[in-house]
Amino acid sequence: MIVELGHFALILALALSIVQSVLPVLGARRNDDKMMAVGVPAAFTVLALVAISFAALTSANVLSDFSVQNVFENSHSQKPLLYKFTGVWGNHEGSMLLWVLILSFFTALVAFFGNNLPPSLKANVLGVQAWIGTAFLTFIVATSNPFARLNPAPVEGRDLNPILQDIGLAIHPPLLYLGYVGFSVCFSFAVAALIDGRIDAAWARWVRPWTLVAWVFLTGGIAMGSYWAYYELGWGGWWFWDPVENASFMPWLAGTALLHSALVMEKRSALKIWTVLLAILTFSLSLLGTFLVRSGVLTSVHTFATDPGRGLFILAILVIFIGGSLALFAWRAQNLAPGGLFQPISREGALVFNNLFLTTATATVLIGTLYPLVLEFLTGEKISVGAPFFNLTFGPLMIPLLAAVPFGPLMAWKRGDLLAVAQRLMTAFFIALLVVAAVLYQTSASGVLAAFGIGLAVWLMLGALTDLALKAGIGKAGISVAFQRLMGLPRSVFGTAFAHFGLGITLLGIVATTTFATESVLVMKPGESIRAGGYTLRFDDIKPFKGSNFTEEQGNFTVMTDEGEAVVGLMAAKRFFPVRNMQTTEAGIRTFTFSQLYVALGDAAPDGGIVVRIWWKPLVTLIWLGTVFMMAGGCLSLLDRRLRIGAPAKGKTARATAKARVAA
Amino acid sequence: MTRKQKRLSVIAGGLAVLGLAAALVLFALQQKIAFFRMPSDIQASDIQSQSRFRLGGLVEKGTVVRGEGTKISFSVTDKIKSVPVTYEGILPDLFREDQGVVIEGSFSPGGAFVADSVLAKHDENYMPKEVADSLKAKGIWQEESKKP
Repeated sequence: MIVELGHFALILALALSIVQSVLPVLGARRNDDKMMAVGVPAAFTVLALVAISFAALTSANVLSDFSVQNVFENSHSQKPLLYKFTGVWGNHEGSMLLWVLILSFFTALVAFFGNNLPPSLKANVLGVQAWIGTAFLTFIVATSNPFARLNPAPVEGRDLNPILQDIGLAIHPPLLYLGYVGFSVCFSFAVAALIDGRIDAAWARWVRPWTLVAWVFLTGGIAMGSYWAYYELGWGGWWFWDPVENASFMPWLAGTALLHSALVMEKRSALKIWTVLLAILTFSLSLLGTFLVRSGVLTSVHTFATDPGRGLFILAILVIFIGGSLALFAWRAQNLAPGGLFQPISREGALVFNNLFLTTATATVLIGTLYPLVLEFLTGEKISVGAPFFNLTFGPLMIPLLAAVPFGPLMAWKRGDLLAVAQRLMTAFFIALLVVAAVLYQTSASGVLAAFGIGLAVWLMLGALTDLALKAGIGKAGISVAFQRLMGLPRSVFGTAFAHFGLGITLLGIVATTTFATESVLVMKPGESIRAGGYTLRFDDIKPFKGSNFTEEQGNFTVMTDEGEAVVGLMAAKRFFPVRNMQTTEAGIRTFTFSQLYVALGDAAPDGGIVVRIWWKPLVTLIWLGTVFMMAGGCLSLLDRRLRIGAPAKGKTARATAKARVAA
Repeated sequence: MTRKQKRLSVIAGGLAVLGLAAALVLFALQQKIAFFRMPSDIQASDIQSQSRFRLGGLVEKGTVVRGEGTKISFSVTDKIKSVPVTYEGILPDLFREDQGVVIEGSFSPGGAFVADSVLAKHDENYMPKEVADSLKAKGIWQEESKKP
């Protein structure tokens, strides 16, 4: 009954989405307030209906109702309760339902917070959001019904893919989808502006918070996915340039560019058309990511089921939305009033530099990801484009971009003075040079790339600090005055500094792990020891253990100092899931400050030992710690006064309010 | 600078970056990609060139030999031809005889394939896609019995 209710709610949501797709947009064209007013209640009701549907699927999962095909295929009565919840989106149908739930959530947020938008813009935005919702709800109802029943009902389910039975599944997909789908709001704003045929700095001010929200979530989602793959797969890698990873990385790169270009548009009313295009491209890349992951054209742990019908359906959605929005852009963009020009050496110029490199880098990732698919389609030749390709193309593009980052925030708007900025960054530059020299000295000049990588990371971090120090006047004013000034700085200044500082931290982690990690693979017998990263690792014993739906062989290790003093224990395991007849590696990981000791078990050797793979990963946790800083930066920018909703007194019309805020 | 010069300088800078990126991409696509081969597709020139490949197929039954330490050797077959492979390291969890694998590495002068990474499938439901497609194309693949 609950299951049928969920299905019914889903179909109702589709019907209502169609209404929401048509009436508000039509109302905006005819200037009909009543028709435009449909958008808000429709958005709320669609959210409620999709939420009911999602709750119904969740209850079927938690109650282990195996008469539902989706539950039968992905659950098991003995599965731990947490994974019964998270298993809802650990499969194709459920994850698409989560996608739509988040989409309708964002649509409802626009409806809720959109009171200061001009009515026609708001109606169009809600309408465009409903177009996307309609497309994906149709996709679910027509090809991926999560509520299909089985008759007779099986007694036991087939269990969830063991790799997904992890806390990561609770965090990674929802965060990632909040990011992916959050960009739909930017897309809808862009399309609505094109329909409206007008755009101004206020538009950028409305779009920027949504971009920031989506970007923060996408950053978190990617970082979480990377850490999950790192500890779960037992390969010790944190980024594989796998097409599925690239699918999430491309919208991130484009979204980062959008964040920066929207800034220029908001402050200087320039780059309007470019910003609209970026908003469209960013969400298009999100859709492309959904297509790559969901259609089964790629093999990966994310591809739950391959069904050509579904692939074609998503491809059709992709073509309609990307093609349609780009066609609309080509048709209407010239109607938008062009923005002003500016000096190449200026804050605007620096942000254009950022956009140029970020979008070019996005393009190289796109080519590397799609080239094998296109080549196979055209010639049948199968190739793989992996890390070597991306290191050679993406890497060199990042170097000038990262080197330029500290200059950006120090440049003045309109007309900057490169020489003056360079003078201010002198201290940071010399410290970074000293670090390069120190690393070269330590590694006796063998690690040239590593030295410059670390130098670049230090340069980024110090650059962010220099920006804060200069803006607060530290060194010029007294300490208490400087501190007061520092506290009085706009939050967005802190946001920028945090994000750029975090970028430096992440880069430091990447360079240190990539160049200084040590790895040893060997056969160990109980009692034997090996040195790893300044510690000695002793293999104690191996014991069997029985979990609720798995059995495992646990290898116990002791981490010791060179003097033989035990520091901490470490357990790595091979886990076997009988229902799926599948084995997984549970890596043993211990963190020492920012570095990690990573142990994975292999097969038993014939002579009674066991193959053990041990990595020492220096500063590896900085990779993810840096993303936390970036997310914090995004949140700080979001809290900035000028983006706060309803901050100034409300004027007679929303339009007037917006104008007043631009002037302020 | 006049307006026109400003615009030109920005455009020239943009084109320079794009040109650099395009050159890098073209170079990398020639040098840094790995072709996928099944054992019976391998030409003599593939062995001589010693460039990197992804070799796909089934782990031939009875060929898995564990050597000293973490060394391991086995053969990859597409039921037409088989290729001996050596590997040093930990095999993936789902590495089994008669199961699909994709191996990345290059040929040694002796004709054996030296693997630097071994990928098996992610769960018991499917083969690596390239392997499944190629086996289908050769008519060796039998569709696994459908779920109950």
